[in-house]
Amino acid sequence: MTDTTSANTPRARGEWPLYEVFVRGKRGLNHVHVGSLHAPDDQLALRHARDVYTRRNEGVSIWVVRSSDITASSPDEKDPMFAPSGDKVYRHPTFYDIPDDVPHM
Amino acid sequence: MTTEAQLEAQFADTIEAKDRIEPRDWMPEAYRKTLIRQVAQHAHSEIIGMQPEGNWITRAPSLRRKAILLAKVQDEAGHGLYLYSAAETLGASRNELTEKLIAGKQKYSSIFNYPTLSYTDVGTIGWLVDGAAICNQVPLCRTSFGPYGRAMIRVCKEESFHQRQGYELLMTMMRGTDEQREMVQESVNRFWWPALMMFGPPDDDSPNTAQSMEWGIKTHTNDELRQKFVDMSIPQAEALGVTFPDENLKWNEERGHYDFSTPDWDEFWSVVKGNGPCNDQRIAHRKRAWDEGAWVREAALAFAEQSAEAAAPAQTGSAPGQTGSSPATTTEETAK
Repeated sequence: MTDTTSANTPRARGEWPLYEVFVRGKRGLNHVHVGSLHAPDDQLALRHARDVYTRRNEGVSIWVVRSSDITASSPDEKDPMFAPSGDKVYRHPTFYDIPDDVPHM
Repeated sequence: MTTEAQLEAQFADTIEAKDRIEPRDWMPEAYRKTLIRQVAQHAHSEIIGMQPEGNWITRAPSLRRKAILLAKVQDEAGHGLYLYSAAETLGASRNELTEKLIAGKQKYSSIFNYPTLSYTDVGTIGWLVDGAAICNQVPLCRTSFGPYGRAMIRVCKEESFHQRQGYELLMTMMRGTDEQREMVQESVNRFWWPALMMFGPPDDDSPNTAQSMEWGIKTHTNDELRQKFVDMSIPQAEALGVTFPDENLKWNEERGHYDFSTPDWDEFWSVVKGNGPCNDQRIAHRKRAWDEGAWVREAALAFAEQSAEAAAPAQTGSAPGQTGSSPATTTEETAK
């Protein structure tokens, strides 16, 4: 993600801001992050996203958002933020022993 | 607080587990530098690669061929953009990359420094040059840096169209007149060696390979991929009815591979160093597109800022001028 606080911002260098692009592959599916691109504004970001990421029917809907507007959990993908869910095996169905002859479960 | 040593161990574990490194992970500075260099070079190759084929768009022999060629060149622009995006996640800026290319501080694949002398070359490039690129890129889908691998998956999906349209083009010509068949053979003769050189210098002269393989950036050596490409291409040449310009090309039962001559590495290094037939022309063209597009980039930015200002305070109606001009970078690139 871009650092927008320093004097050496992309805008200060005359660079178009960075956008992240999300595409819905077809009806019934979630939008999925596919990549990023530069555009001067939201409308052109959408048009560029169409040209760059959906040249072969890869999508029925596009979202674009300024990269600088995204709040991310932390710099590290191995974040302690996710540690609490690591030891809660009882949240998974396989934690429970059910006899094999009980149907439909 | 995590120490440098712990971070390094964590990084090494991720590589060891064949897991992916993601942009916000800690990574050794040398890993970041190597990747920026490689991904940028790859991106530049896609962008410069539009020129040799773009050369024939206005002279494609039919509307069908023209539509195909346009789509292909547009894809190359797209591939360049996917890869620049990946390089940016490593902290390189887009403008900086383009400026380094124009200044000759970053390289692109030497294959694009050879001219396209006839329309037949569009077919040969699709078959051999894109074929070699596929050979190189398929293993890169599993490279250790996440964004690079994801860009490669996207590229590989589209690259297959490139190779097939080229091969089909050549097949069509091979069904034509003797003169057309000669054109195909002549074109294949010119591109065979440069295509083999696309895999880079031989392993014993490729100092970065060992480290790149240790980091999981590369998974195969240059010579392994070159051999694979030779083995793949020979049956395709037979089916097409052309030969490759190498008298030592023959099946080696013992190795289970085709033997072939050593490419002319002096020529390779000479082209890398800037002395190929089209090096100057390619960079000059890219520079012109960049310079002449400057006002479009600036105007679009100024328009966006003006619209944002107009929209923000006191709701004085909608912003003037609903739609700006549309400076699509892709068409800028393909413009002659």
